[in-house]
Amino acid sequence: MSDIKKRPQRGGHGFGPPGANMMMTGEKPKNFKATLKRLLAYLKPRRARLTVVFTAAILSTVFTIIGPMIMGMAITELFEGAYGEIRGETGASIDFGAIGQLLLLLAGLYVFSSAFMYLQQYFMSSVAQDTVYDLRENVSTKLERLPLNYYDQTAKGETLSRVTNDIDTIGTTLQQSLTLFITSFVTIIGITVMMLIISPILTAIAITSLLLSVFVIRPILKRSQTQFEDQQRTLGELNGHIEEMYTGHPVVKAFGHEKKAIHKFNDTNEQLYEAGRKAQFLSGIIMPLMQFIGNFSYVLISVAGGILVTQGRISIGDIQAFITYSRQFTQPVTQTANIANIIQSTVAAAERVFELLDEPEQTAEAKGTALKRAKGAVAFEHVDFGYGGTPLIEDMNIHVEPGQTVAIVGPTGAGKTTLINLLMRFYELNAGRILIDGIDTRDLPRGELRRNFGMVLQDTWLFNGTIKDNIAYGKTGASEEEIVAAATAAHADHFIRTLPDGYDTLLNEEASNISQGQKQLLTIARAILSDPPIMILDEATSSVDTRTEVLIQKAMNLLMKGRTSFVIAHRLSTIRDADLILVMDKGRVIEQGTHTELLDRNGFYADLYNSQFAKSAVS
Amino acid sequence: MQRRYRKGVVRMLKILKNLLIYKWLVGMVFLLVFIQALADLFLPTLMADIIDNGVVVGDVPYIWQIGGWMLAVSALGAAAAVTASYFSSKAAMGMGRDVRRQVFTHVEQFSLQEFDEVGTASLITRTTNDITQVQQVVLVLLRMVVSAPIMLVGGLIMAISKDARLSLVIIGAMPVLVVSILFILKKGIPLFTEVQKRLDRLNLVLRENLTGIRVIRAFTREQEEQVRLEKANRELTDVSIRVNKIMAFLMPVMMLVMNLTVVAIIWFGGIRINNGAMQIGDLMAFIQYVMLIMFALVMASMMFIMVPRAAVSANRINEVLAMRPAFQDLGTQSADRERGTLEFDHVTFSYPGAEEPVLSDITFSAKAGETTAIIGGTGSGKSTLINLIPRFYEVSAGSIRVNGVDIRDASQDEIRSKIGFVPQKSILFSGTVADNIRFGKQDAESHEIEHAAKVAQADDFIGAMEDGYDTYVEQGGSNLSGGQKQRLAIARALIRKPDLYIFDDSFSALDFKTDSKLRAALARETEEATVLLIGQRVSSLMDADRIIVLEKGRIAGMGTHEELLRTNKVYREIAESQLSEEEIA
Repeated sequence: MSDIKKRPQRGGHGFGPPGANMMMTGEKPKNFKATLKRLLAYLKPRRARLTVVFTAAILSTVFTIIGPMIMGMAITELFEGAYGEIRGETGASIDFGAIGQLLLLLAGLYVFSSAFMYLQQYFMSSVAQDTVYDLRENVSTKLERLPLNYYDQTAKGETLSRVTNDIDTIGTTLQQSLTLFITSFVTIIGITVMMLIISPILTAIAITSLLLSVFVIRPILKRSQTQFEDQQRTLGELNGHIEEMYTGHPVVKAFGHEKKAIHKFNDTNEQLYEAGRKAQFLSGIIMPLMQFIGNFSYVLISVAGGILVTQGRISIGDIQAFITYSRQFTQPVTQTANIANIIQSTVAAAERVFELLDEPEQTAEAKGTALKRAKGAVAFEHVDFGYGGTPLIEDMNIHVEPGQTVAIVGPTGAGKTTLINLLMRFYELNAGRILIDGIDTRDLPRGELRRNFGMVLQDTWLFNGTIKDNIAYGKTGASEEEIVAAATAAHADHFIRTLPDGYDTLLNEEASNISQGQKQLLTIARAILSDPPIMILDEATSSVDTRTEVLIQKAMNLLMKGRTSFVIAHRLSTIRDADLILVMDKGRVIEQGTHTELLDRNGFYADLYNSQFAKSAVS
Repeated sequence: MQRRYRKGVVRMLKILKNLLIYKWLVGMVFLLVFIQALADLFLPTLMADIIDNGVVVGDVPYIWQIGGWMLAVSALGAAAAVTASYFSSKAAMGMGRDVRRQVFTHVEQFSLQEFDEVGTASLITRTTNDITQVQQVVLVLLRMVVSAPIMLVGGLIMAISKDARLSLVIIGAMPVLVVSILFILKKGIPLFTEVQKRLDRLNLVLRENLTGIRVIRAFTREQEEQVRLEKANRELTDVSIRVNKIMAFLMPVMMLVMNLTVVAIIWFGGIRINNGAMQIGDLMAFIQYVMLIMFALVMASMMFIMVPRAAVSANRINEVLAMRPAFQDLGTQSADRERGTLEFDHVTFSYPGAEEPVLSDITFSAKAGETTAIIGGTGSGKSTLINLIPRFYEVSAGSIRVNGVDIRDASQDEIRSKIGFVPQKSILFSGTVADNIRFGKQDAESHEIEHAAKVAQADDFIGAMEDGYDTYVEQGGSNLSGGQKQRLAIARALIRKPDLYIFDDSFSALDFKTDSKLRAALARETEEATVLLIGQRVSSLMDADRIIVLEKGRIAGMGTHEELLRTNKVYREIAESQLSEEEIA
């Protein structure tokens, strides 16, 4: 939520009030130049198309700029002919031949201008989207190479927002603002040149009035910017409150907090109204003020122009042309000001994406040693591990024979997953080594190593696909029979068949169309199908109903049979029957041994055992 | 298109009713926009005069004079526009504020039944995004679209008054412009929906990759995931390019139509001037009118996009406002007849529209100091049962008595004030730890807060936090662990010193040591109250005075642990699956 709040809101394809995007407050990138350079490098492969875009943009703008000039010529022609006739000059009449030619030329110019404008946008759309595609591809390749501790330490929303919002910002800017920047730039120069050609004096008037309007608008713009920030902030606050009160509705009701919730809502809502009203008002007066200044400059130009015409120094058509130019002048100037903001926030977005791309990757893959299917002997030899200076595991030694069961016990938050992370080489050791069938896990390619492990955790990750595909995730190219057999072994077949589409039932995004327990059964089926020699299991079954829990237990027991198993144990029987118990607390392995050995030691385990199970065992 | 549009307008009008309180403001906006439009329309005529009678003949004083007029008119227009902006912001934002307040206040009255019906997420978007969307559209309508018809009609009148025959050019150009804009939009807008869909898809796959990274790597499926991502990326890119290529037509076509119209006007205008039917300044004014008219048309076309869009939002808001709470809060008695008792008297409950009742004929009673535990499978109706007690839902038949009073005879506030409710999902709110505990009792003193925390076994971890009780809890308690959240939720219920405690599987995230300490402390605290407890594990319920076994919404057995083991097959099955033989014995 806070993430969304902080980002400037882009209008996207909607129609906001005019000037709304002027209010954007850009975040400042840390290293503008380097990031911009790197971003531009992404455009390189599309150099050819970009050249077309730029050429088309320049041509289209130039043609548009020449337009009023030719129109002015036509009008002068018209005027001179008409007034010559009125004054009764001999031979004076409107030269429709000449006017016709000029107008044809003008029409041609406009057609070309529009055609080039289209060409420019046509090519830009593929340039922009292809660039964004490349960026996304780079990011997704990167995601596969990042070590797991990146994922554990970075909020998912943060990463997601870099991949979606930030890349989206880059795309929109490329699509809409880049060419606008070029055309605005060309327009400003072109118009200045044209105006100077017509009359330097009038140009001075036009530019003075433009400066005047900048002078007047700036403070308003600044104030409205703060108001818009205020509005965004209160809106975020209000929406946060709404979200909280709605998601907590039962609690709000149970504790009779409705009135207080409404009261707070009204306060914030009122603040939002005040901020919004001011922000909208200020943004609404910018246009009329600019128009007024524009008219002011029109009058001045008319006066000065009138004097110049009487002196015969410029023609009537020139004045028409000049007025058109001076009117077209303000737009590109304000646009360039906007674009500066937009580019700044785009570079800031690109910087965040590049930061992600620059994250350190996991250590390179070992090649060579092959481990087809392990027997399942696991050994830790002098293993040291810790994050950022705090050692969690020091000099750990364990030896597990194929088929043995290791129970990991300890209070919540004791870091039981750390061991799993090390076993599957999600994390790298600081010292020592872990051996599978006597082979150092670092000498194996990660894929080869992990193929020998199966995993059933409490966090049941399933993806948005059919149940069949989810089970088959454990084995590429699994047959229908194998899938059903695995599901049956996992006691999942029955419930799957009660679903409307059976094995083809599509799990929705939150997989909320099946229960937590059923999800767990599916992950067990997935593990059974992959048939690994070593299993990692978490016995915890919270928010699973008792009946399903029985099934899960049965399926887990089956899964452990004949395999080396590491179990995050919650059940007394599992712990007691384990060949080795690892007792963990605060991230460390503090005791290890068998049940009787540990009870005899009368340490942490004995204490834990007595508090957990003694009471129920006695009664 | 036509019918959909009309329907949309009706929906919008319903929401726009809320503008009625601002009718004076809106009236002012209309008036001011009208003045502004008149000023805008008058200006080209003055410009024509400056050219024809001033510039052409070199009459500088005349130019000054008319120029003065122009500035006056233009100042009037600007003043009108500024004031209109003031009123329109006030009206639009005020309307947004009012609708928002209405919706929120209305939703706060909803029972869980209405929440189930609409869905929490949907209610949130309806109260936030949908209202903001409508508000934004109202603002644009008031500010720009209102002036479009005035400009259009006024511009036409002025153009015709300048030269009726030349106006034919405009009449000819108008449909070309409108049709081409609408054609492009009609092609483009459906694609925008498609872009959104594919963007959602890409985000979904990405999210899955982020959350499932362990599983993906464990199964070495990195390659396949890359392919999935690439495919989603490709599909999004393709449709984005397509939509942008279509939208690329919009500007060039609009410009072309306008520019060619101007060219045609100069040509035909020239002929008119040649015939002496028109002056050169008029021609220039005429060109200005063409621009004004065309601009008004573009504005009007925008309505075709904006109104249906906002209408969807408006409709979603209206739906919420139209919902009535399924039952009324009319009770007046005070609930203090027999403190610490709870009775269910032949209670049956079905969700609205459901064929089968979720709970049938539930009868039991609990006295002060007793603990009643409920066990049963998913869908057995455990959570529904406890949700009936604070009257989150209304019983279909039978009655529930808290402290000896039928919950329908006392106000909901009264009943709920007697209950300490600990939901299955520990919902916390943004604010300090102390604020969260105080949620249970708004006037609680700090020693009460500390006591509640101590009983809930929360004082240790609170003390270990940097700011202690003043530590800030993020929205949803995201900076706390599951166990910590659960203990705060328990403390929040304890601080009320209620007559009835309800724990819905509330100890699941606690380790056994904390769990047993908490239970011991709770037992002392709840001596004079009745405790209702839902649990999954027999070991955590077996000490209760009464265990109710629920199956398919019916009581399948009731008694102590030992009694049930002897007499109840369902209970024995559950117990056997969870406890080893010696534990059962």
